[in-house]
Amino acid sequence: MINSNEIIQTIEMINQQHLDIRTITMGISLRDCGHPDVKVCCDRIYDKITKYAGNLVKTGENIERELGIPIVNKRISVTPIAIACENCDTEDYTVFARTLDKAAKEVGVNFIGGFSALVDKGFTKGDMRLIKSIPEALRTTDCVCSSVSVGSTRAGINMDAVKLMGEIIKKAADTSQGMSCAKLVVFCNAVEDNPFMAGAFHGVSEPECVINVGVSGPGVVYNALKAVRGQPLNVVSETIKKTAFRITRMGEIVAQEASKRLHVPFGIVDLSLAPTPAVGDSVADILEEMGLESVGAPGTTAALALLNDAVKKGGVMASSYVGGLSGAFIPVSEDQGMIRAAKSGKLTIEKLEAMTCVCSVGLDMIAVPGDTSAATISAIIADEAAIGMINSKTTAVRIIPVPGKGVGQEVDFGGLLGTAPIMPVNPSSPEKFIARGGRIPAPLNSLKN
Amino acid sequence: MRAIVTVIGKDSVGIIAGVCSLLAENNVNILDISQKVMGGYFTMIMIVDIGGAGVDFSALSSMLEEKGKELSVDVRLQREDIFEKMHRI
Repeated sequence: MINSNEIIQTIEMINQQHLDIRTITMGISLRDCGHPDVKVCCDRIYDKITKYAGNLVKTGENIERELGIPIVNKRISVTPIAIACENCDTEDYTVFARTLDKAAKEVGVNFIGGFSALVDKGFTKGDMRLIKSIPEALRTTDCVCSSVSVGSTRAGINMDAVKLMGEIIKKAADTSQGMSCAKLVVFCNAVEDNPFMAGAFHGVSEPECVINVGVSGPGVVYNALKAVRGQPLNVVSETIKKTAFRITRMGEIVAQEASKRLHVPFGIVDLSLAPTPAVGDSVADILEEMGLESVGAPGTTAALALLNDAVKKGGVMASSYVGGLSGAFIPVSEDQGMIRAAKSGKLTIEKLEAMTCVCSVGLDMIAVPGDTSAATISAIIADEAAIGMINSKTTAVRIIPVPGKGVGQEVDFGGLLGTAPIMPVNPSSPEKFIARGGRIPAPLNSLKN
Repeated sequence: MRAIVTVIGKDSVGIIAGVCSLLAENNVNILDISQKVMGGYFTMIMIVDIGGAGVDFSALSSMLEEKGKELSVDVRLQREDIFEKMHRI
């Protein structure tokens, strides 16, 4: 029998602490859509997406209504376009981005991910065509998200791709006032079942169609920790675990329900604490509640390690399949506490880099001065990729060199993407290092120290 | 199907009557009801069976929300399993 306190607790979590399901993401394989003729290929893609995802938004809304829990986003991820469209006879892949955009708008989702290429070891023709099309593809579409995987623990890092992505990011920023860069992620150890944007794509080992769900709830964890203020960190860990269990349960029930109603297999629940720009929905607040004066202070990495690990421990018990990125997100522009700390100079890119060693996502939504060079951006990507490669974890870079802006100014991306203060970058030049290109060989996985 | 109706808000005359008569009009059976007033705030939780309801879940949910506005309280209709799953292994 459910008791009334538990019912009230659930309602408080939803009403006051921003508990929500961040996204239901439908993964759709486009592997059967390729055709030498561009028009045929685009028609196949459009028809398949609109057929499979036609009821996604409506179903999501119905579940939202019946369970009484907000499902903030309904999204789609597709097979990396560099793979799906490789046999198509065209140099310019923006046409596929426009097709994805049109299909996304038709079915009513707010983002579609998969304008992607996986080039951990090298480029195919399709990979290169796709990457070169990224700036124009993102500039001319609204819903399309792009990602490029440049390395992995098994393959090492493709430094030619790292160099190229620095240039692509600069070009994408220059042609869109930085906006396109909010939809572009560079990965190391990319995961195939991530439901979160901008890095979602439908991996090649995934089924024909699948439902993945991303949960959220930094506000709920923060409120739970307020009740154990001053107590030892093992108590903090236990509290986070119990809270993560409850949050993940919501994801599990929504995923099962969506899977049943859409007749599509349930893939995974992604246990990530994704913040939003709303006050009280911040990962930084959790770290500060643990006892740090500001996020970025010494101790931040340890606090984040504890948080991230406890979220996973609590979450895995609550779901039959856990996957995706599963960790704490630190998108600076989307988290009030991170914005505050970055503005006051207490949180630097270097500290954020250290934090990514223990959490999932990497340098996320970082705005840097518009005059930051392509080589410097490539080098920041290389550093993050190295952390991922050596530690066998996913890392990513979503960085925005904002044209015409410098340290102390801000950029507003609107909506869920939030507002980012421009952060200072170390001025020493990595140019000659990046110019070398080549590959960083796959690392040794023993003799760990 | 069982669902939970929660009513939270400032206490006033006729809240229970208002919500219960709406449920009765739509052939919703109330299985259990608990309510208390804490610091002027009224909290009522009802377990209901909507299997025989004359309207679908979404319509009933909207009607209850409307009724809540009329009575100046927050009324929600949610499926029972969300609460059970969240708090039970």
